Amino acid sequence: MSQKSSYEHISVDLKVDNRKPRMVPYKFEYNPHKKGGWWVPLLSIFVALIICAVFILLNGMNPITIYTKMFQGAFGSSFGISETIVKAIPLLLCGLGVAIAYRIAIWNIGAEGQFLLGAIGATAVTIFLPDLPGALYIPLMLIMGIAAGAIWGLFTALPRTYFQVNELITSLMLNYVALLLLNYLVYEAWRDPAGFNFPGTPEFTPYQMLANIGGTRLHIGLVFALFAVAVLAFMLTKTRWGYELKLLGANSIAAKNAGIKMNKHILIVMMISGGLAGFAGAIEVSGVAGRLMYGISPGYGYTAIIVAWLAKLNPWAMIMTSLFIGGLIVGGYSVQSMGLPLSFSSMLQGAILFCLISGEMISGYRLKKIN
Amino acid sequence: MNKPSIVIEMKDIVKKFGDVIANDHVNFQVEKGEIHALLGENGAGKSTIMSMLSGIYRPDSGSILINGRHVMIRSPKESMALGVGMVHQNFRLVDTLTAIENIILGETNDKWRGTSWRKKKQKEIEEIAEKYGLNFPLSVPIWQLSVGEQQRVEIVKTLYRGADIIIFDEPTSVLTPGEVEQLFLTMQELRRNGKTMIITTHKLKEVMEIADRISVMRKGKMIAQMLKEETTIQELANLMVGQEMAEGILIQPVEIGAPIIEVKNLVVRTDQGIHAINGIDFAIHEHEIVGIAGVAGNGQKELAEALTGLIPWKSGEIIFNHKKLVNPSVSELIDKGIAHIPENRMKSGLAGNLGVVENLLMKSYRKEHRAKFGLLNKKANTEWARNLIQQFDVRTPDLLSPVGQLSGGNQQKLLFAREIDLKPKLMIAVHPTQGLDVGATRSVHEMLVHLRETGSGVLLISEDLDEVMHLSDRILVLYNGKINGNLKRGQAEKEMIGQLMAGVTNQKGAFDESKVVI
Repeated sequence: MSQKSSYEHISVDLKVDNRKPRMVPYKFEYNPHKKGGWWVPLLSIFVALIICAVFILLNGMNPITIYTKMFQGAFGSSFGISETIVKAIPLLLCGLGVAIAYRIAIWNIGAEGQFLLGAIGATAVTIFLPDLPGALYIPLMLIMGIAAGAIWGLFTALPRTYFQVNELITSLMLNYVALLLLNYLVYEAWRDPAGFNFPGTPEFTPYQMLANIGGTRLHIGLVFALFAVAVLAFMLTKTRWGYELKLLGANSIAAKNAGIKMNKHILIVMMISGGLAGFAGAIEVSGVAGRLMYGISPGYGYTAIIVAWLAKLNPWAMIMTSLFIGGLIVGGYSVQSMGLPLSFSSMLQGAILFCLISGEMISGYRLKKIN
Repeated sequence: MNKPSIVIEMKDIVKKFGDVIANDHVNFQVEKGEIHALLGENGAGKSTIMSMLSGIYRPDSGSILINGRHVMIRSPKESMALGVGMVHQNFRLVDTLTAIENIILGETNDKWRGTSWRKKKQKEIEEIAEKYGLNFPLSVPIWQLSVGEQQRVEIVKTLYRGADIIIFDEPTSVLTPGEVEQLFLTMQELRRNGKTMIITTHKLKEVMEIADRISVMRKGKMIAQMLKEETTIQELANLMVGQEMAEGILIQPVEIGAPIIEVKNLVVRTDQGIHAINGIDFAIHEHEIVGIAGVAGNGQKELAEALTGLIPWKSGEIIFNHKKLVNPSVSELIDKGIAHIPENRMKSGLAGNLGVVENLLMKSYRKEHRAKFGLLNKKANTEWARNLIQQFDVRTPDLLSPVGQLSGGNQQKLLFAREIDLKPKLMIAVHPTQGLDVGATRSVHEMLVHLRETGSGVLLISEDLDEVMHLSDRILVLYNGKINGNLKRGQAEKEMIGQLMAGVTNQKGAFDESKVVI
């Protein structure tokens, strides 16, 4: 038994003396510098689809039929595609917003609130300045939306920088504040007196609406969102500022030693993060809804977190992931008629995020042969 | 097949981390009821072999026998089940929990966790603590305990979990002299009760004081094993450092130049409001290496942080290059010519996930030729980085692979390349050779001496007294935030510095106000 490299396995519970010789010549090794590649998001989507297929089966339906139907609903017709893109626009902008914060390890989960504030800010222009020249409305509304979102982001950043208040908590809580503010406005202060008790503001005039593309619900906001992707991607990879963010994300202590001020960057990044979500909110009211109303966001700010991580925080990849998640939402509508609850698409999103996070974790491990 | 008195036998242990061989066919034996000192310098492989005994790592090959039986230890839990407990250098305690909660943490036996259970546990723990004379407050959060008390909690934790063999990993490195004395009393008490102990350390005096038997490791190999009575401090020192250290590098006498930095009556406070640096005066000149000697925690960290702009100072003056510094920012001091090799290169000097270029740019990316109009000059920067790593002989597979995967010596060379390329007037090097092998240590020393020759001033903060004595033109001994000794090269004897580090004052010739060069 004293042969070289043959061990006896000692079970932890020594009272039960059932030790067996163990001959598994492999072990797992964790290396924090090893990261999963592009295949991790793809694989996690695949695994999530399989997990959710079990639930479809339990509902007595055929998962392949359901997934096919979803795909057709989202991408199978020009109507489906335009609807998918309409959903993808706010997801993309909010996703860019949270991604830039995550890049420096600031966990902003307040994109939902910042989105709502953006919508409120844009609507405020229509409420308080009813007699502006028409051409001024859209620029002013978008600027106000961005500003309102940025200020909402600052509400998270300031306590973080000056009092070390955890941004996860403040950004999440501010979502509820924003939601209640929205409800107050649409039910009380700004409610359309001629709206038959509908919780919303008066409808926007055509001057206050974004131009549509090709007679669909698709609007010019798409161009803004793609433009934002390009600008952000450029800033992050080519500029000094982008390098500073990269350093802060990789090692904030080393960055501090190199003279980079974390607090300054938290303020800037949270303003940009909130501003992008606010931009999305302003685009949503002026491009799709045409008024501020109850339930203006079906949770874009939260879903955007999945969009950002699926893309591994890469702005360009977020175009794909926002389309995918947008398609999931639209496809979810189309399988409602077959008897699946609407929350099925939320469940699928949740499963994807879950698989994604575990996938990133697991990909740090490598199976190594012993000896 | 084994002598019954041998409780631990490690045979032919090999452990590699990448290409670095941490343990090279190491054999190690411990007899029952002894205090066994495992002696070696930082990086000799002592912690690695102890980690394999306590289930943190697994050997690549070789076998471990506990009480004569072959075992495979796959986790700290399994090691604990075999009666082996470890008191880590950095305590494994939850700061916000009390001592009792920390000790019973992870207990899986009982389902009932009510008040009566807690009371029972508290009583058991109190009994153990009393038996071995280990006093600490039981119901106060850990963060309020002194370091010595925290260590006692760790010891009771291992005892409570039934350890017969206790490993102490560098137990005295964090303690005050009084606490060290108390720890040794505890260890003797444990020995009287039949416990076996292994203590890893690089402090020779302590080895001679406490150990029964001594094993010496050097560069991953087991060099010798002997009884304490058979050896002397001198012999142990020779065994531990080997031949290479004795040579050292040649340092030419150079005439010092004008003062680069003058520190006058500096006071620096910690976050807790304690005066970590309490009114010190010194100057560093061109062509001069000033070494700071002192036991860790006597203000070295705060001094380095104040001089690099990382923390503000409370009062006093710092004059750099004939100009008084007023609330300088880190980047301002970088631009003025202060380079910094921080204490822990991977924690605070380099970004392990980023590549070579990005790590080299850290201090110079603000400069005009690295980034124009805020846009990084990618092509020129890559070319510059390529030259720099060639010049400093940094071995890396390519410029993009994460620097976290380089060896410690290459990481440190990379760090030096970045800092020396700034052409600093003053270099602040904190523990620059920690965890490096002999070859890398030598290149670090050469780089520091080269800086001195080319006219820079160097502030060398190190725990390695030999290093400080060998390189420094002048040694300042820090004790309790004050300078307790100011010695010129050649004037310093190791024993004298040791006493100054321990706070002994009025040493003949050691501290003379008139000799302080300002």
